[in-house]
Amino acid sequence: MILRGKAWKFGDDISTDLIAPGRYFHLRSNLEELAKHVLEDADPQFASKVQQGDIVVGGNNFGLGSSREHAPIIIKLAGVSAVIANSFARIFFRNAINIGLPVVQCDTSGIQTGDELEIDLARGTVTDITRDFTLPFPPLPDAMRTILGDGGLVAHIKKHGEFKLD
Amino acid sequence: MGLTLAEKILSEHAGREVHAGELAIVAVDVCLTQDGTGPLAVRQLEKLGMVKAANPERTVLFIDHSAPSARRELSNDHMLLRDFASKTGACLSDVGDGVCHQVISERWLKPGDVLIGADSHTCTGGAMAAFSTGMGSTDVAVGIAFGKTWMRVPETIRVNLTGQFSRGVYAKDLMLFLIGKITTDGANYMALEFGGPAADAMPHYERMVLANMAVEAGAKTGLFSSDGQTRLFLESQDRGKDYRPIKPDPDAVYSRVVDIDLSKLVPIVSFPHTVDNVRTIDEAKGEKIDQVFIGTCTNGRIEDLRVAASILKGKKRHPHTRLLIIPASRAVYGQAIKEGLITIFNDAGASINTPGCGPCVGVHMGILGDGEKCLSTMNRNFKGRMGNPEGFIYLASPATCAASAIAGEIVDPREVM
Repeated sequence: MILRGKAWKFGDDISTDLIAPGRYFHLRSNLEELAKHVLEDADPQFASKVQQGDIVVGGNNFGLGSSREHAPIIIKLAGVSAVIANSFARIFFRNAINIGLPVVQCDTSGIQTGDELEIDLARGTVTDITRDFTLPFPPLPDAMRTILGDGGLVAHIKKHGEFKLD
Repeated sequence: MGLTLAEKILSEHAGREVHAGELAIVAVDVCLTQDGTGPLAVRQLEKLGMVKAANPERTVLFIDHSAPSARRELSNDHMLLRDFASKTGACLSDVGDGVCHQVISERWLKPGDVLIGADSHTCTGGAMAAFSTGMGSTDVAVGIAFGKTWMRVPETIRVNLTGQFSRGVYAKDLMLFLIGKITTDGANYMALEFGGPAADAMPHYERMVLANMAVEAGAKTGLFSSDGQTRLFLESQDRGKDYRPIKPDPDAVYSRVVDIDLSKLVPIVSFPHTVDNVRTIDEAKGEKIDQVFIGTCTNGRIEDLRVAASILKGKKRHPHTRLLIIPASRAVYGQAIKEGLITIFNDAGASINTPGCGPCVGVHMGILGDGEKCLSTMNRNFKGRMGNPEGFIYLASPATCAASAIAGEIVDPREVM
C-alpha cells in the first residue's frame, strides 16, 4: 500500500495527554467531537487545518503516557493516513495497529512541516518528495502486520474467530 | 538458560518455555478497565457480537477516573459499564471504591498472574510478581472475551537495590531518580525487574510505587519477586491463601543491569513537563506552589497518608496553597479514619475527597488555573495532564508534598521531620 500526504512535524515526547487532552474526557464516547481537538495541546491549529491523507511526524517516544486508545483513533478520524516517528511508546504503537492506523519508525529529523511524503508500506520506505530523500524502515513484527493487514484487531477476530497470528 | 521473572510468568501462561523476543499467546488471569477506557472496550465487544467475559469473577470494571461523575456524558458511560457488568457477571468497582490499581491488588491479584488492564499504570500489579501490563481498550476487550492475549516477551532491565533509605527519602524519590537516570523511554518495550537486598527488605506498599511508575520509563511492567513481604500484604487483606513464591532464576539473562545504593539518595522533585526532568531537593526548593495533591495509585496508600499526617499534625497549610488529599481506596480511607488521620488533614486545612483518581486525570476535583503550579504525589506531569495545558505539575514524595503544603513552596521534608 502506498500512502501520500503532507507532513505535520511535531517534537519529542508527544504524550496522549497532548493528543487527546483529559479536559475532553467526557467526549470519549463521542469520537467525532473528540477528533476536533486532536493534538490540540501540541498545535492548536492542527485539527482545523489537517487534510485527508496528511501524515503526522513525531520525534522520539511518540504517544507516551496513558493507554487511551482514543488517541490513535482520533488521529485516524481526523483523516491522518499514518504516523511516522523516530520511536513510539509501546502502548500507543500497539493501539495504532489494533485500530488500523499505520505507524512507521524511521529517522524523522530531515522532515519538515509541509513536506510531501510518500510511504510504501510493502517496500518499507518513506520518501520525502519535497527534499528528495528516501529512508528505509524496519518491517512490522509479523503479528502486527497480520492485524494491520486485516484492518485492525476487531476485524482480525471477526475474520478468524480468534487470534490467528502464526 | 535461566529465566527472568517476566519469562517465567509468561512461560507458565503460554504453556511452553518462552524467551525474550518471542511472540506468545498467553492466558490472561485478570482483566481490568476503568471509566475512561471501559466504554470503548464494551463497544468493541458489542461490535464483535461477544458481550461476555471468559472469566467474569476476575474481570473487573472500575469507575474511578470520574467518580462521582463530573458530567452527564460520563454518567451515561458509567451506566454502560454497570449494564455490561450486570449482563456478563463481571465485577464492578463503583464510585468511591477507589483507584483500580490499588483495589485490584487488595482484592483480586495473585502472585504469578497475568493481568491486562486498559490503563497504563496497570504495571502496578508487578509489585506482586504478577505480569501486569497496560493495553488499549480493544486489546483488553479481546482479553475479556477470550481469556487470552498476544505478547512479545520483553527483555528485562534488572535494577539491583542495596543500602537503606536515609530519613526523609522514600520509594518515590528512588523511582524519580531511576527515571531521571534511564529517561522516559529508557525501558521502552522492556520489563523492569527489581531485586537485591534492599528490594527483598522493601515492604509491599513501597514496591507498588516502583512498579506503578515503570511505565514512566516506557516499561511494559515492573516486577518484584513474591516473598515474605508479599505474603504479609496478602494476609493484611485476608488473602494469605493466595500467596505463592516466585523469583527469577539466578542465571537469568538481562539486557542491562542498573545498581542503586539507596543510602546515597536524597529527596527528588520532577519538574514540568516530563517525568525524567528531575532535580534534587536542593535544586528544587523555593519554587512557589499553588496546590498540593496527595493521593493516586502511586502514593495514596495508608503508609503515605501516615507520613503526610506526621508532618501536617498541628500545622496549617499555607494560606496561598490549597491541599487536596485523596485516599487510594475505600479500605485506605477507612483505616485513615480509624487512625485519626482524616481529622489531622481537616484541621490542617486540607480538602479530602472520594477515593479514586481525583484530579490526576484532569477531569475534576482540582483542575489548575492558568500558570498555576501543583506539587503532587502522582506519577506523571505531562502538559495538560491536570486539565489545563497552562498548568505546571511537579512530582514528589508524600513527605515533600506535605512539608511544602505548609511552607507554600517546595521545601526539604527532612527539615521538618
